[in-house]
Amino acid sequence: MNNLELQKTANEVRKGIVTAVHSAKAGHPGGSLSAADIFTYLYFEEMNIDPADQKKPDRDRFVLSKGHTAPGLYSALANRGYFPVEDLKTLRKLGSYLQGHPCLQHVPGVDMSSGSLGQGLSTAVGMALAAKMDGKDFRTYCLCGDGEIQEGQIWEAAMFAGHRKLDNLVVIVDNNGLQIDGKIEDVCSPYPIDKKFEAFNFHVINVDGHDFDAIRAAFKEARETKGMPTCIIAHTLKGKGVSFMENQASWHGTAPNDEQYAVAMADLEKVGEALCQK
Amino acid sequence: MSEVKKIATRESYGNALAELGSQYPDLVVLDADLAAATKTGVFKKAFPDRHIDCGIAESNMVGIAAGMATTGKIPFVSSFAMFAAGRAYEQVRNSVGYPHLNVKIGATHAGITVGEDGASHQCNEDLALMRTIPGMVVMCPSDDVEAKAAVKAALDYVGPVYIRFGRSAVPVINDRPDYKFEMGKGVVVKEGSDLTIVATGICVSEAMEAADRLNAEGISTKVINIHTIKPLDTELIIAAAKETGKVVTVEEHSVIGGLGSAVCDCLSENYPTKVLKIGMNDVFGESGSAAALVKKYGLDADGIYAKIKDFLK
Repeated sequence: MNNLELQKTANEVRKGIVTAVHSAKAGHPGGSLSAADIFTYLYFEEMNIDPADQKKPDRDRFVLSKGHTAPGLYSALANRGYFPVEDLKTLRKLGSYLQGHPCLQHVPGVDMSSGSLGQGLSTAVGMALAAKMDGKDFRTYCLCGDGEIQEGQIWEAAMFAGHRKLDNLVVIVDNNGLQIDGKIEDVCSPYPIDKKFEAFNFHVINVDGHDFDAIRAAFKEARETKGMPTCIIAHTLKGKGVSFMENQASWHGTAPNDEQYAVAMADLEKVGEALCQK
Repeated sequence: MSEVKKIATRESYGNALAELGSQYPDLVVLDADLAAATKTGVFKKAFPDRHIDCGIAESNMVGIAAGMATTGKIPFVSSFAMFAAGRAYEQVRNSVGYPHLNVKIGATHAGITVGEDGASHQCNEDLALMRTIPGMVVMCPSDDVEAKAAVKAALDYVGPVYIRFGRSAVPVINDRPDYKFEMGKGVVVKEGSDLTIVATGICVSEAMEAADRLNAEGISTKVINIHTIKPLDTELIIAAAKETGKVVTVEEHSVIGGLGSAVCDCLSENYPTKVLKIGMNDVFGESGSAAALVKKYGLDADGIYAKIKDFLK
């Protein structure tokens, strides 16, 4: 996909996020929207996957360690053809397969259940290690939150991944700067994130997480990096694309009401229309 | 009795892994800097490429195992029960139990027979913790023969399994040609009609000795070895309660949440029966030799016998 196609797709992914969370009357729009461009790039450009053969053994793996941004993952999967986009409206509802947090057993395309913060990276490391042991060339991608990396288990996993030189593993940190209680540097600063991952023997790349040229270059650099895992720190805007949600910690885990939903969708329609003029 | 062969079930664990490694090429073993103690070092020697030392990071180890299981590996994660079931409880629950992954947890050094290390390392809560996880199989073998059979059974079963092993050498009581291990099935090791002792793990041999004394006094005592605490052989336990009327449970574990609780859950719903639970009475352990601790906390044959005599008064 070229950048314009990726931008259009990401805009559809954002519409799906807002629609799903509005319908559920609960969920996490802020961090889903900040990572929407990453989700889009992974599922529409980067990863070797096939919605028609979802469990193929050589597929690349993705673990959403920041599992609360399931609406972002689900919207990317739905738009990629894993299940109907219409089903996003069943998010978090009784009987829906779209659980509040990703569930391996029920959601098509999900490689690992997640949601309890800090645990996903270890499981991604396990997948990458298994590939190395068996000489398989599939790659494993793991998306973490910048608040999530306050969890100690992240650093246990990072130490192991660096020690084992897992160059088939890419950790992406969605550095939107906000967590539930406020700015990450005010709550309990994880900065400098890049120096920390470097110290754990990662190759670290800082990128603008909304610039597809930069994202493309970063994932290419990760592929070319041998002998160590890569950490891509994606500098993003929480709530990106919805005017009143942008850079507001309060939209971490709140659903828009009907009026707010209309404004949000109008914002995204406008972006979509502008992209169509290009 | 001095002729009885003794072996610690953690030794059996390491030996079983090494013996089964060729037959199960997907078997991998993870440890957290305790390979010499958990005995996974025996497997490491035979299959160095399939043994992964994760360093002192049990939570991460459980997560790695979960990720490996999604690719078709059969990981055994090993640490002391305190850290495998305690430290990493939430990882076992959320990264292994919830996605129902094919991860086996080989937890050694369970209970007070850890001995000298003391209360910080004596896990008397693991059976309770593991029992509460939906879909988790929980086993607690009584000796070398059963421990090896449990490892094999866990490998043949698809899904999460917790197996509890001990540090100290215990008598081999199941070394007979007709021995058969079936996950989820209790074994009547002594017949009797006045009283049933339901025991698990290293307490089975002590319970058998206590039963011998009771039998000698004319108290006909049945002994059931429960090697699988979940799923529990409820049929066998209900039948024994109906036959003998009184039930005693014995475990090297807290009386809260382990075998005793499982038996009471079963009987209170199906055939209300007076039950005496013998185990750690809601207390922490302490340093001492395994034998001295088992004696102090009444989990040896003398203690079991005395408590049952009191119960029968």
